[in-house]
Amino acid sequence: MGCNFWKTKHDTYLDGELAAEEMRVFSAHLHTCPSCATDALMRVLTKRSIQAAGKRFTPMAEFRTRVQQSIAARPWRSSMRFGWVIATTTLAILLVTGVAVTHAGRDRTRREHVYSELADLHVATLASLAQVDVVSSDQHTVKPWFEGKVPFTFNLPDLQNSEFSLLGGRITYLDQVSGAHLIYQLRNQDISVFIFLEEAVRGKWNEEYPVIKELSFHMETWSQGGLRYCIIGDASAGDIDDLAELLKRASSS
Amino acid sequence: MPLFDQLYNFAHWMTRNREEAEDLVQETYAKGLKGFSSFQAGTNFRAWMYRIMRNTFLTSRTGLRAAMTIALDLGKDGPELAVESETPETILIERSDSYLIQSAIDGLPTHFREIILLCDLEEMSYQEIADTLSIPVGTVMSRLARARKALRDEVTAETVKGRVRK
Repeated sequence: MGCNFWKTKHDTYLDGELAAEEMRVFSAHLHTCPSCATDALMRVLTKRSIQAAGKRFTPMAEFRTRVQQSIAARPWRSSMRFGWVIATTTLAILLVTGVAVTHAGRDRTRREHVYSELADLHVATLASLAQVDVVSSDQHTVKPWFEGKVPFTFNLPDLQNSEFSLLGGRITYLDQVSGAHLIYQLRNQDISVFIFLEEAVRGKWNEEYPVIKELSFHMETWSQGGLRYCIIGDASAGDIDDLAELLKRASSS
Repeated sequence: MPLFDQLYNFAHWMTRNREEAEDLVQETYAKGLKGFSSFQAGTNFRAWMYRIMRNTFLTSRTGLRAAMTIALDLGKDGPELAVESETPETILIERSDSYLIQSAIDGLPTHFREIILLCDLEEMSYQEIADTLSIPVGTVMSRLARARKALRDEVTAETVKGRVRK
């Protein structure tokens, strides 16, 4: 095949999109054809120029914060109206109710924030090219990897005879608190399991609703043995609960 | 937030305006989170986010204006010319001027600008680009070839303009 044939393939070659065999033949041709080699070099330089010049716009810090806040924000239903009605009857009740409601509102906002934060961590991990830092399906490899990296130890379930598989783990941070982030898979669906020291993240969770749906994810959280566990994924609530049961059994053994 | 910087950069290139780019990014994340259940695990998350952004852009005022420029994917172009004594590439090397290439990209029609950026800046594979733009891989290849040719013409035109000004 002569130069005229290859001239039409230069960009495809440089984009890494030629078939393996064509790639090999074209590479050999480049070594013997100064004209094609020069042309290929020029095209590489153009690609590099585009790459350098293309990174032109950077988001402003305030905009980044605004988007983060808008994602974390949820409708906040104030119960102050109820407190206000009571206030018309008695000032004392208003004060008590107002204080209680304000605290409840703050708690709710804080709890919603933590669920959004975990959803963000889960999505960011799915988008990442390196989802896990320790890649293993063996809990006896993954568990020791966390030793010395997080201030606690934990047990992981034996997944034999279960549909779940362990992909690996990574260190994560929730409001500057370090924790373990494990990725499990069920029928091609990735599920995140977060484990933190309970005393470090106390008060962030709604114990009345251990199973919730957040941003189309199912989420389940519980406290056991001084640790806080949280599972999130777009698997069904039943599947999330099955994984929770496996983890609970492993933790109590 | 995943892909934030890249999406913003792409949005700004498409809209050519900071405020519109910010609106576009914000809407993309809102739609992405709202519709995350429609994202199929195991498929390409990046292409999914870029597709949301592009579809959002196309329904915006600027996007609708841009869409009035019709993309003709009429098969392959003729054989490319051999390297001449002065080519757009040699001009680029000589001037090493990122402003030149930026204004050349800026001068491209939207459908050429987006495909060049997805391929050469974001380094997406042809399949990823096909998924993002909802077009067949063959169309990606032919459109990319024509976009690159248009870019080379733009570089030459910008250079001529610069020489005339001097």
